[in-house]
Order: sequence, then structure tokens, then C-alpha cells
Amino acid sequence: MTDNILIEAKKLTMYFPVTKGIVRQRKVAEIKAVDGVNFFIRQGETLGLVGESGCGKTTLGRCLTRLIHPTSGEVSFEGVKLGEIREEQLRSLRQKMQFIFQDPFDSLDPRMTAAEIVAEPLRVHTRMKAKELKDKIAELLQVVGLDSSMANRYPHEFSGGQRQRLGIARALSIRPKFIVCDEPISALDVSIQAQIINLLEDLQKEFDLTYLFIAHDLSVVRHISHRVAVMYLGKIVEIARRDDLYRFAKHPYTIALLSAVPIPDPRVEATRDRIILKGEIPSPIALPSGCNFHPRCPHCIPLCKREVPPLRQIEQDHWAACHLV
Amino acid sequence: MGPLLQVRDLKTYFYTEAAVVKAVDGISYELKEGETLGLVGESGCGKSVSALSLLRLIPHPPGRIVGGTVLFEGKDLLKMAEDEIQDIRGNRIAMIFQEPMTSLNPVLTIGLQIGEALELHRSLARKEAREEVMRLLKTVGIPDAESRIDDYPHQFSGGMRQRVMIAMALSCNPKLLIADEPTTAVDVTIQAQLLEIIKELTSRLGTAVILITHNLGVVARYVNRMAVMYAGRIVESGPAFEVYGHPRHPYTIGLLASVPRLDQPRKERLVPIHGQPPDLTRLPAGCSFFPRCSYRVEICSQERPALKPVGSDHYAACFADMAESR
Repeated sequence: MTDNILIEAKKLTMYFPVTKGIVRQRKVAEIKAVDGVNFFIRQGETLGLVGESGCGKTTLGRCLTRLIHPTSGEVSFEGVKLGEIREEQLRSLRQKMQFIFQDPFDSLDPRMTAAEIVAEPLRVHTRMKAKELKDKIAELLQVVGLDSSMANRYPHEFSGGQRQRLGIARALSIRPKFIVCDEPISALDVSIQAQIINLLEDLQKEFDLTYLFIAHDLSVVRHISHRVAVMYLGKIVEIARRDDLYRFAKHPYTIALLSAVPIPDPRVEATRDRIILKGEIPSPIALPSGCNFHPRCPHCIPLCKREVPPLRQIEQDHWAACHLV
Repeated sequence: MGPLLQVRDLKTYFYTEAAVVKAVDGISYELKEGETLGLVGESGCGKSVSALSLLRLIPHPPGRIVGGTVLFEGKDLLKMAEDEIQDIRGNRIAMIFQEPMTSLNPVLTIGLQIGEALELHRSLARKEAREEVMRLLKTVGIPDAESRIDDYPHQFSGGMRQRVMIAMALSCNPKLLIADEPTTAVDVTIQAQLLEIIKELTSRLGTAVILITHNLGVVARYVNRMAVMYAGRIVESGPAFEVYGHPRHPYTIGLLASVPRLDQPRKERLVPIHGQPPDLTRLPAGCSFFPRCSYRVEICSQERPALKPVGSDHYAACFADMAESR
């Protein structure tokens, strides 16, 4: 890992319109999926992004790679501002940014063989000859721990873990620098999850990859990340180096989230106090006033209902958005 | 007093065109009154099918319960007449499923759905039923129950729907609650809320619980006893403290070692279980786990290990003596 910043987001915002009417669509509201988010990821680093469903993690990943165009704000990749370049340039930059998806069942075309799936990005972005392509596919399958004899099988002939390996091989095929891993293990069996995590770590070392690792499992995120960002309703509420975040969490939401994770040991659980948050996650259409977290926060003061707390630096590399820290 | 539930050698097979899938292949366990049993295992290990078999909710064809007994309060559920078991389903034994949206009727209001069970099983009049529903919704923590009682399922969030399911399941004061992955579809903070509600209400009503999950953390917090399933069989069972503290089956040992834990220092590397989950149509002869097992010996590929005692009330199905080899 170096100090070079590979990708940076500034005031990144993505609002989805909520419309009414069939013939003439009127905009009646906005879903603030990502709401003015600032962060960066260093070359070779893994940034873990945690938060509950609907908090905007996936949308953030998509905005970052410009799979969707953000409403406002800016993303720069290797110093190039993605919003200011032409479509062809973006296309060639995309080779350096790849995705690994949550569901290895939906993200692979059932009518393509393993070899075709892995070869597709190569066909689009390079001009490899058939022989070269074949060797490359065999090499990629081997890198992700699949047997090259499986190249002619279809996705349904693979198990969930093997399918995820196939998705990883596809992402690696064109030698990307940055991979958005969007819940890559949540659909897998517990005994397989560790295999995939180890594989992702090995590949990072081997190919100097940079990851945005989106997940809701906080223990897995601690294992794989160098730094961790916590998202709540479209905003980053805390971001810090891994050990600082897990040991000295500042934001009440992070603290509650950590305390909600059950520990697989009855001896520990018997004596552990948990913070059970009250209430539900508000709808991103009708956000609360002030701090988004105030209706569920155990420490809410009047100021929290009025003013949105900015993301402030508390210590070196540790930022939190709370009036009370 | 005998146990509340006694399952003996339960076998449920699915007859597909290609092969016979032995989803549940001879499992036995007991449950005392008011006790919470955790049924743990990965997808396809037969934990849900074994629970559905108790209430004879297996679609036939292709599925069939081919053997075993399920004694509930002394009577065999598998031999009962249809109207007798109808009287037990939802009344003496209730169930909560993973995905509340698919288990609620989308065109009936919440009030009518919960009320239906009350009218049927507790013979309440419609008006009494409505009052009882209101009380139930309040106990499971649905805010503003008076106005929400006439809402439809789609108007509730995932967590709230699961609360409705809990209210419905507990409406007839069941002796046994089967919770099949009740919190897998919801977020961690909501998961904590729901499990606390289930725990509090069942202990107040003295309801026994079978909690089916793949989450080892959830089991650790909420169950007294647990059974670990692999490829249709129970490979280890015992008090949760024992199984977590001194796991004796290589699969249990592997599972516990493979998950990162927040209460322990971060490990440089995770220790996964090798290989792929078993294909139930092509199970190996002998122990189903042996192709993935790091402690296997010769006999494992030939003979199938039976559950045998390895401690007080602690059983494991393994030829290798894991207490010595570790």
C-alpha cells in the first residue's frame, strides 16, 4: 500500500427521482441515495464500506465507477476527473475498474460457458487471438482456484463458491487496478466465505489491487479492510483506520452496529451487553431533519434535530459526523 | 415428565427424475418444554426440510417422509389424521419463516390475518379477535397498532412484517415455535430487535423454540442446546456451551475456525474448510464430510459414523477422536 490516492470522491451525490403519473410523469420526491459523500482510496488499499440495506452502499459503488451518472459531485481516478472526459476515454478507463457482484447466480449469463464468461471483457477491450485467449482463460481459471478442465461448463454446473470464483476471474481478466466488491460473500455458505476472502487477499497482493469492499458483515469487513467507512442513509457517518474504528468507534450508530453483531461464543454472549437500537431505518424519501440518525440515537440532543452534523476530523485519519464527539 | 418433542430417525427424501435426494437422512433429537434448540448448518443441509417434516408440510410429490417418528406431547405427528394435525399447526406448533412477505397474504389486512388463527383455533368472535390482535401487535412492538391493524403487508417494512409474523405465531400460545432463519432477510440492528422479542415472549409464555439458522453468532446468544447438520444428518449435538467450547466434529471445528470474530484480535489469515459443499445426489460412501475433512482416517471413506456420546449430553458422529487429535 502506498500513499498515492487512486480514486477520490468529492461531494458525490446521487438523487433518484420519484415520479407519479403514467403519461406525464411528475417528480414528486427524491430518494437521496448518496448525499454529498467525500472520501478517497489509496493505491493497494481496501476500503470497507458498511451499512444496512438501503443506505446507499451499492449506489455509491456504481457512481464511483460511473455505471450511473451522479446527480452532482466529482470522482477522480488516477487524477482524471471522470465527469469531464469523453465516453471513449471513459470506456478505456473502465478497464481499470471492475465489479464483483453479490449474487453469483444472477451475475453470470446462464447461456455462456465459463470460458466465454471470462473471455468477454477481453473480447471487448483487447484484440487477443483465439490461441492467446485460450491460454489466458486457462491461466485466469487457475489463478482463482478453478480447474481449467471446467472451462466448457455452464454456470449451473458450478457451486455458489465456484461461481463467485468465476466472477472474480472475469473481473481480473483485463488486469484492473480497482475492483468494487459488492457484498461478494453474503450469498455464500459460511464454510466457503473464508475461501473467497483469502482468495481476494491473495489477488490483492499479487496484482496490487485496490478494493472497495461493500458488506454488511462487520467481522468480515474488519478482517479484509485497511480502512472502514460506515454509511447511514446516504451519508458517511464515520471513517477511520480499521483498528481505530473497531476499538474506538465514535459515532453512536457505529457503536450500536458493532454491539449488534453476535459473537459466535455463548460464554462471551452470556455476559455481553448489547445496545438494541429503537425504531426502524427511516425512508430515504422522507429523511428526518438535522442528523439522519437522531430518531434512533440514544444520545440525541435538541441540536441534532436542527442541524446536520458535518463529517469532522477527530484524530489522524479518523472522521465522524456527530455533534457529540 | 417426558420431553415435549421427540424426533426419532426422521427421513425425508425427494424423488426427482435424476436421483433420490436424501434431504433428511435419519435425524433424532429431543426438546424439553421451554427449551431453545438451535439447528445449525449451511444451505441444503436439510435443516429447513427437517423442520417442515415435523408439521408434514413437505410437498408431495416430489418429497416424502419415508421413515421415523415425531412424538409431540406423546403423539406421533407423522401418523395423525389430517384434521388432527391441522389442529396442531399454527396452534400447538407455530412457525416463522425467513421471508415474511411470501408468508403473509398480500390481499388481507394484518388484523384479519392474525385474527383468522384466533377465530379458528381459539374460537374467538370477530370483535374479541380484533382486540386480541391489537394487544398482540403492541406486545411485539408495533408502534401505533390502532391504525396499523387495518394496513396491508406491503405497507410494512421487512422488520415490521417479521414482527407481525411473530405476533401471529404466538397468538395461540403454542408449546413449540419453529423459527426458520427468522432474521436472515433483515439488517443487523433489526435482527437484534427481533431476536430479543422472540426470546422475551417465548420465555414469558414458556414456549419451546427450534431456531434454524446458519449464523453461528445468533445460535451462541439465543439457544440452550444445538445440533449441527451436514448433508442431511446431525453430525454433532449438545449444550451450546459444550459445542462451542469443545467442538468434537471436524465440521463444527472447521466452521467455528473459519469465521472472523470481533471479540478477538484480527488473524492474518482465515482458515477455511476446503472443498465444496456436498452434492446431495452424489454423496460419497461413508462419512459425507470426509472429502473435506483434514482429520480423515481410512475407515471414513467406507463406513458411516454414528452419533456417539463424547461428553455429558454431548454427541458427535466421527471416527477420529477429536479430543485427542487436537
